[in-house]
Amino acid sequence: MLFYTAQRLVLSVVIVMVAVSILTLMLHVVPGDPAVMILGPRATPELIERTREAMGLDRPLPVQILMFFANILRGDLGEDVFTGRAVSQIVFEQLPYTMILISVAILWSAACGIALGAYSALRRNTWLDTLSGVVSVGTISIPAFVMALYSVLIFAVWLGWLPAIGAGDGFLDGIVHLILPAFAIGVAWVGYIARIVRASMLEVMTQPHVRMARAFGLPDRRITRSHILKIAVLPAVTLIGTGVAHLFSAAVFVEVIFARPGIGALLVGAVNERNYPIVLGAVLITTCIIVLATLISDLVVALLDPRQREDI
Amino acid sequence: MSTQSTAAPADDTLLAVEGLSVDFETPRGTIHALRDIDLTVPKGKVLGIVGESGCGKSTLAYSLIGLLAENARVASGAIRMGDHDLARLAPSAWRDLRGTRIAMIFQDPMTALNPVTTIGQQMLDIQYRDRIGRNAKRARAIEFLEQVQIPDAASKLAAYPHQLSGGMRQRVCIAMALLTQPDLLIADEPTTALDATLEMQIVALLRDLQRKFGCSVVFVSHHLGTVAELCDDVAVMYAGEVVERGTARALFHDPQHPYTQALLDCDPARIKVATRTLPTIPGTLPDLRQPPAGCAFRARCPRSWGRCERDHPPLYPGAAGQRVRCHLSDPAEDAA
Repeated sequence: MLFYTAQRLVLSVVIVMVAVSILTLMLHVVPGDPAVMILGPRATPELIERTREAMGLDRPLPVQILMFFANILRGDLGEDVFTGRAVSQIVFEQLPYTMILISVAILWSAACGIALGAYSALRRNTWLDTLSGVVSVGTISIPAFVMALYSVLIFAVWLGWLPAIGAGDGFLDGIVHLILPAFAIGVAWVGYIARIVRASMLEVMTQPHVRMARAFGLPDRRITRSHILKIAVLPAVTLIGTGVAHLFSAAVFVEVIFARPGIGALLVGAVNERNYPIVLGAVLITTCIIVLATLISDLVVALLDPRQREDI
Repeated sequence: MSTQSTAAPADDTLLAVEGLSVDFETPRGTIHALRDIDLTVPKGKVLGIVGESGCGKSTLAYSLIGLLAENARVASGAIRMGDHDLARLAPSAWRDLRGTRIAMIFQDPMTALNPVTTIGQQMLDIQYRDRIGRNAKRARAIEFLEQVQIPDAASKLAAYPHQLSGGMRQRVCIAMALLTQPDLLIADEPTTALDATLEMQIVALLRDLQRKFGCSVVFVSHHLGTVAELCDDVAVMYAGEVVERGTARALFHDPQHPYTQALLDCDPARIKVATRTLPTIPGTLPDLRQPPAGCAFRARCPRSWGRCERDHPPLYPGAAGQRVRCHLSDPAEDAA
């Protein structure tokens, strides 16, 4: 298990490096010179040249990427092109907002999704099962930003129940401001998780060990909990692990729509300004979190399923 | 509080199946999987149920513990055990009987245990009704693992099923079934998934433990050798009917029904002359959506004649005290 974790961590580092390298390449394909963006349209060619040199943009691309990684090892993610503040400081200021948004979205969608999936499997072919199937497929196919726009329209503009903008001040206000964005990015996941849990429960329910538990007269609740659900949630855990990446991209839209601070909003702003150090820093941290989330979900699965633990 | 049951079984009978019929509703029609089954399971004895695949022997076993598939329905008949009619039992009453008076061992030990829970926890779980401490329950679990000759039993409590071999897992299942001290143990082909050497070990173990604990056993198998080894009484099933039943001795030494005879002829262990091809019974089972009017075995029977097509044979008394569902055993045929 320990060896497996170490192995996975090394692999994670490689994944992060590849991801950041690809991103650097992509940034260079995007039209627009960062030096020109900083200095404005009336800068002299000499000044632009000097700024490019200072930013390291005149060196070959591989050298730029290597320099970036060398700086990371020293804990230096570079500086904001405009303000000169440390990128790491800016990113870690914004990160908590996004992390809270994503965590709340995962928690509520997992809780609702597992409950809904379990209910559908136990009462399959009832009207509630059919309804949950239709609603699940419906919510899965609606993009998070559409969901965000309509939830703003309905709950903030028409009904005026919930705030539409910002992250709020203080704990309670923060929670109130979280409701709509967390709903918007989580609602599709309720459907995903419910579908997965339902299918996997129906499969587990036919397995002989469930019949054996019945043959011993175990109470239905206990059979459902420790003989069916305990196994049926495993695919959902894996799904949530990979889902973190999707949630980050959904958070980009939702943070812009709700004018919330966060990594997504930071990224959009930085890309528009060609503020390369911030883009790279934000993507680096996001990639790390996504890779870590996949690792954690794999470890949780191994923790819940002794058969997987054996292979590890 | 005894009820005034008129059909109370005799004292040495634990369970009596009376005219039991079970149907399966399928999209392509109703399958009459069991038809008019009459059987008794004596106290402390082993009843073997044999027959080829699809003859309804597992359906019969599952109906005795109320675990038939959702599309199955008891069409008629009764299963009497004490004052209960198991064929008409409510789900909650079933739950009270399972794991107390009736227990079951399943065919495939590889999948019968919960893969994500330790053996020990599963053995504690089935004792949920007992009002004794956790340590006492653990001690009982170890005691029964030792009964089924699992070496180093205490350490196995922490093991997960996948860490044990198939034979070990089936021993665990037997230990769990016996732990509940049932009056009736149903074993549905418990050795089919195991290899031959293990099979005889498990059968010998079952025989010893049955004698030790004195419970009744319904042993379902298509392996005649294990049935001969283990069972006091045997019922031979064909196409959802009991075609011959009696003591194991009578059935194996003096089989009367042509199907029983054919089945015994096909047993490789009984073939005396070297042969390149193993014998088979030609033909296949009849379609159980429309069971044939006369004798179900007629189409495959080498000795059938006109009457077999018209009359459905009842169970006639056979030569060695058994009951035989064949017109050949009709005393009136001899007289004619």
